[in-house]
Amino acid sequence: MREQLSSESVAHIARLARLQISPEESERFAVQLSAILEHVEAVRGLDTSGVPPTSHALDLRNVLREDTPRPCLDRADVLAGAPQAEDGRFRVPRILGEEP
Amino acid sequence: MTEGAGGADATAIAARVRSGEQSASGVLERALAEIAERDDDLHCFNSLMADRARAVAAEVDRKVAAGEDPGALAGVPVALKDNLCTRDAPTTCSSRILEGWIPPYDATVVRRLVASGAVPVGKTNLDEFAMGSSTENSATGPTRNPWDPTRVPGGSSGGSAAAVAAGMVPAALGSDTGGSIRQPAALCGVVGVKPTYGVVSRYGLVAFASSLDQIGPLTLTVADAAAVLEAIAGHDEMDSTSLELPAPRCSEVLGEGADGLRVGVVSDFLADASADCSAAVRAAADVLASAGAKVDDVALPELLHGLSAYYLIAPAEASSNLARYDGVRYGLRVDGPDVETMNARTRAAGFGAEVKRRIMLGTYVLSAGYYDAYYAQAQRVRTIVARAFARAYSQFDVLLAPTSPSVAFALGAKTADPLEMYLADLFTIPSNLAGHPAMSVPFSLGESGLPVGVQVLAPALGEREMFRAAAVVEAGASRAARGPVGARSVS
Repeated sequence: MREQLSSESVAHIARLARLQISPEESERFAVQLSAILEHVEAVRGLDTSGVPPTSHALDLRNVLREDTPRPCLDRADVLAGAPQAEDGRFRVPRILGEEP
Repeated sequence: MTEGAGGADATAIAARVRSGEQSASGVLERALAEIAERDDDLHCFNSLMADRARAVAAEVDRKVAAGEDPGALAGVPVALKDNLCTRDAPTTCSSRILEGWIPPYDATVVRRLVASGAVPVGKTNLDEFAMGSSTENSATGPTRNPWDPTRVPGGSSGGSAAAVAAGMVPAALGSDTGGSIRQPAALCGVVGVKPTYGVVSRYGLVAFASSLDQIGPLTLTVADAAAVLEAIAGHDEMDSTSLELPAPRCSEVLGEGADGLRVGVVSDFLADASADCSAAVRAAADVLASAGAKVDDVALPELLHGLSAYYLIAPAEASSNLARYDGVRYGLRVDGPDVETMNARTRAAGFGAEVKRRIMLGTYVLSAGYYDAYYAQAQRVRTIVARAFARAYSQFDVLLAPTSPSVAFALGAKTADPLEMYLADLFTIPSNLAGHPAMSVPFSLGESGLPVGVQVLAPALGEREMFRAAAVVEAGASRAARGPVGARSVS
């Protein structure tokens, strides 16, 4: 049952999580994450047959309201906190493979 | 009596400001002077909001002069954990990735504090994105414990706890996902409350693990904690998990005593706590019994599984919540030839090691092939924890437990091993998993003369019974175990 993460698996997880990490970091995280997973292994061994999962502690229900326009955050205020903005929008580097 | 925050509690300050005996502006200037004097050493604050605070205090003074009601917390300086959004003031979560970001709005709790006459003075240090138990995982450097600056204040709300303990401010807000209000409160000798999930709006609290996060007060006294909770709690349509209930009226039960209260001592926790911390729980139980409570031990071994479940659930939720820090909308961007490279470089440069660890752990346990084995299983264990509590609360009104396994530990003592740090939350996590309220009350001095907190737990919406028990525990506690400590200008 025990999971031992390789540094290759860690590099893969880091890609999924959009984190650029160095080979040294991969190795260090592999050791640390393996130790954490080993500790939480106890959870996997518990008998939970017939026990429903809890995603939220208290009962939740959908909260709805009338779909009527109302004031929202000021666009200039919001864009002021962005690293780059242009023409009232967030500016990002190219997304697809085409030349700019 | 000298004018100022210097050691006075919130209730006393509000009474003097409301009566015109003291000005809110004078109290504020004293608090700012105290912070200026001591914060170079302790580093409780990431930033101050002095201009806004002066304007808020002036408005309180105007209301008092005009005979208008200035609010229940009139003139009380309050520190805000730096993961609570404040309009026109930086909100960093002690992370480089939010460097320079200024929120375009106030968190609901900030608006409510101001509406009740309180004066927000600044933003306190935390473990980055509230991930940690020592306030050492901060991009702005560690906060030090005012009882002993070679020790940690606990975390993640360490800046808030230390600022109150040092007498810089009489009250602060923190957030508690797995113990982040209660554990630093215990280590700093102050009161810290995690309310029932949904009692306080999370609108404007930077999300860590949304099904666990809850905002609450850190104060010098139980009465002050009740007063601050009454100011910030209550339904808010901006948070869809906010309960449609008025704020719990806890102030009015503080004098009721413990006669007839059924108190369970969580015996499973005592063996895992240091001698001074478990002795404090026994002594607090004796105090309650002397006051007429019916005290018994209760075995709840399932609660000890909470830690493992938490370290799967919280990172899973965090990996999703922290996906928004992608270099597009907030703070830092490190450029790259395309969006994906820009995202990955920004996040690599912006997040510290613990945040990266938790994002990766969360990404892993949510990934295909592991979801059922880890995440879904942890959610079932969450049910087991809730059922254990339900069993206990069929016999008891409140439970008593240690808050922390030990007194404040030395800076650097647990930074090398993430697991060692996680164990600091062993006794606090179960209440978050169940969504229940719990609070830490400073009780005695333990090893090395450092404060020990006792935790009072209650079922969902059991705040009134919890505060009733806490007030009795506080009355029987050693006054020497409580802040403020080391303030230069105690009134």
